[in-house]
Amino acid sequence: MADSARYHREKFHRYILEAQKFDSGFVSLPNRYVDPYSGSRSYEKINLKGTGTILSYTIIHIASDQFAHTTPFPVAIIETDEGARLTVMVTDCDINDVKIGARVELVFRKIMEEGESGIINYGYKAILI
Amino acid sequence: MREVAIIGVGMTKFGELWEQSIRDMFAEAALKAMDDAGVKKIDSFYVGAMSSGLYTYQEHLSSLMADYMGQIGVPGLHVESACASGGSAVRAAFIEVASGMSDIVLAGGVEKMWDVEDGTIVLATASDQEYEAYNGVTFPGLYAMMARVYMEKYGLTREELAQVPIKNHKHSVNNPNAQYPFEISLNDVLKSSMVADPLRLMDCSPITDGAAALILCPLERAKEFTNKPVKIRGVGAATGPIALHDHRDLTRLDAVKLAGERAYRMAGLSPSDISFVEVHDCFSIAEIIVAEELGFFEYGTAGKAIAEGQGTYGGKVVINPSGGLKAKGHPVGATGAAQVIEAYYQLTGKAGARQVPNAKFGMTQNMGGSGGSCIVHILEAL
Ligand SMILES: CC(C)(COP(=O)(O)OP(=O)(O)OC[C@H]1O[C@@H](n2cnc3c(N)ncnc32)[C@H](O)[C@@H]1OP(=O)(O)O)[C@@H](O)C(=O)NCCC(=O)NCCS
Repeated sequence: MADSARYHREKFHRYILEAQKFDSGFVSLPNRYVDPYSGSRSYEKINLKGTGTILSYTIIHIASDQFAHTTPFPVAIIETDEGARLTVMVTDCDINDVKIGARVELVFRKIMEEGESGIINYGYKAILI
Repeated sequence: MREVAIIGVGMTKFGELWEQSIRDMFAEAALKAMDDAGVKKIDSFYVGAMSSGLYTYQEHLSSLMADYMGQIGVPGLHVESACASGGSAVRAAFIEVASGMSDIVLAGGVEKMWDVEDGTIVLATASDQEYEAYNGVTFPGLYAMMARVYMEKYGLTREELAQVPIKNHKHSVNNPNAQYPFEISLNDVLKSSMVADPLRLMDCSPITDGAAALILCPLERAKEFTNKPVKIRGVGAATGPIALHDHRDLTRLDAVKLAGERAYRMAGLSPSDISFVEVHDCFSIAEIIVAEELGFFEYGTAGKAIAEGQGTYGGKVVINPSGGLKAKGHPVGATGAAQVIEAYYQLTGKAGARQVPNAKFGMTQNMGGSGGSCIVHILEAL
């Protein structure tokens, strides 16, 4: 369920794929104050190129109401080439081609709408390359 | 720290309880537990519930439940840790009794899941709202992604995975409180509707209404109330990442391992001492990974071992004698407390036809989200 204020706060990660590379090597998207494992607060900001690999995936047949009209649809955990992990829909593909190890590229797409009069929510989905 | 015992338990039937509200269910379980222990007044209580607000537009469960279980004035606290809320309530009550702060403490949980149309969106609040649920993944979808990697990495077959719900349904037949107390066949699993590939309806715990409650007191006072108390010998809790994608290995649940190790250490026991374990089989794959993290089987082997009968009567450890979340039902906030109730029945010889023979030690494992939190209890028959 989206909400305009919450949506606004995440815009950097959802529009320009801004991530952090901590000195431990952990790459985080979204931003956080501290590395969840090492506790380090030292990082550099990076922008993800948008290419990566599928680590796992599923085909969702029963979705929550706001996505029910698009079932069945694939969702995957991908690791970008920089090492960031994201959970995203895989789109514009034959669902039989979605595989562990498949290469993907992130593309900017509409995710959902906040009801009849709310804003349209955007974000990234993956396409197979 | 004082030693702590369970002196009485109570629960509702699990299922679609149309005629009972959230307060009715919790009050029923609480009053049954108080009657069972023979106590009229409690000193304090904890109520676990994952999302009473989204399910029933009701929060402030401390006041509501004190009011409706006839304990106005007593301090209470609503505890939330997603599907591990009930186990967390038991742990909180344990700490309060062990610390010497209170003597007679009620711990329980409740969830009213059948009142809402779109329950999937409520359950998704246990995942990372902005970075998982936002992108369309459901709870079954998260566990499906664990199953996918596990099956590829270890060669677990779809048929072997199906043996988990088949076993749990078989156990549930002897549980009068179970929601779905019937046996299912391999064909039933493989032909059931697809929920999140590779997980089908029969791999998933259901939508359930229900409540469960226990009374805890210092072990030194337990004999005032019952001649068969059960000792809480070990308690372990841990957290893990909120998002599944941040698990370094998608076939592992680190929080379960940590919580298990902490409980074993406190109890001074190891997996070979445990006769039965109630695990959080919210999805079939979860039981397999959890059984490995708790040390009952090597990594990559639990699925095959369960398929060969090592998780049932006569096997290495009886997993989910109650029928588990799959067949007994999974009212999320009540589940962790209901698992401890099953352990209490088993360790006091009250489990009827599903009794595990000669059980001295039993374990319960309750988990939130995709392994974001976990509570383990080790119980001892006295
Ligand atoms: C799997 C799930 C999506 C199925 O929902 P659904 O497709 O709406 O299923 P329905 O409620 O329409 O049930 C279909 C039928 O199967 C039965 N059924 C539902 N779940 C069942 C189960 N787990 N086992 C056996 N039978 C079940 C129902 O009674 C119903 O039978 P009926 O048609 O005779 O009434 C839903 O149960 C679910 O979300 N489960 C997961 C809960 C969860 O995530 N919990 C937290 C985990 S930590």
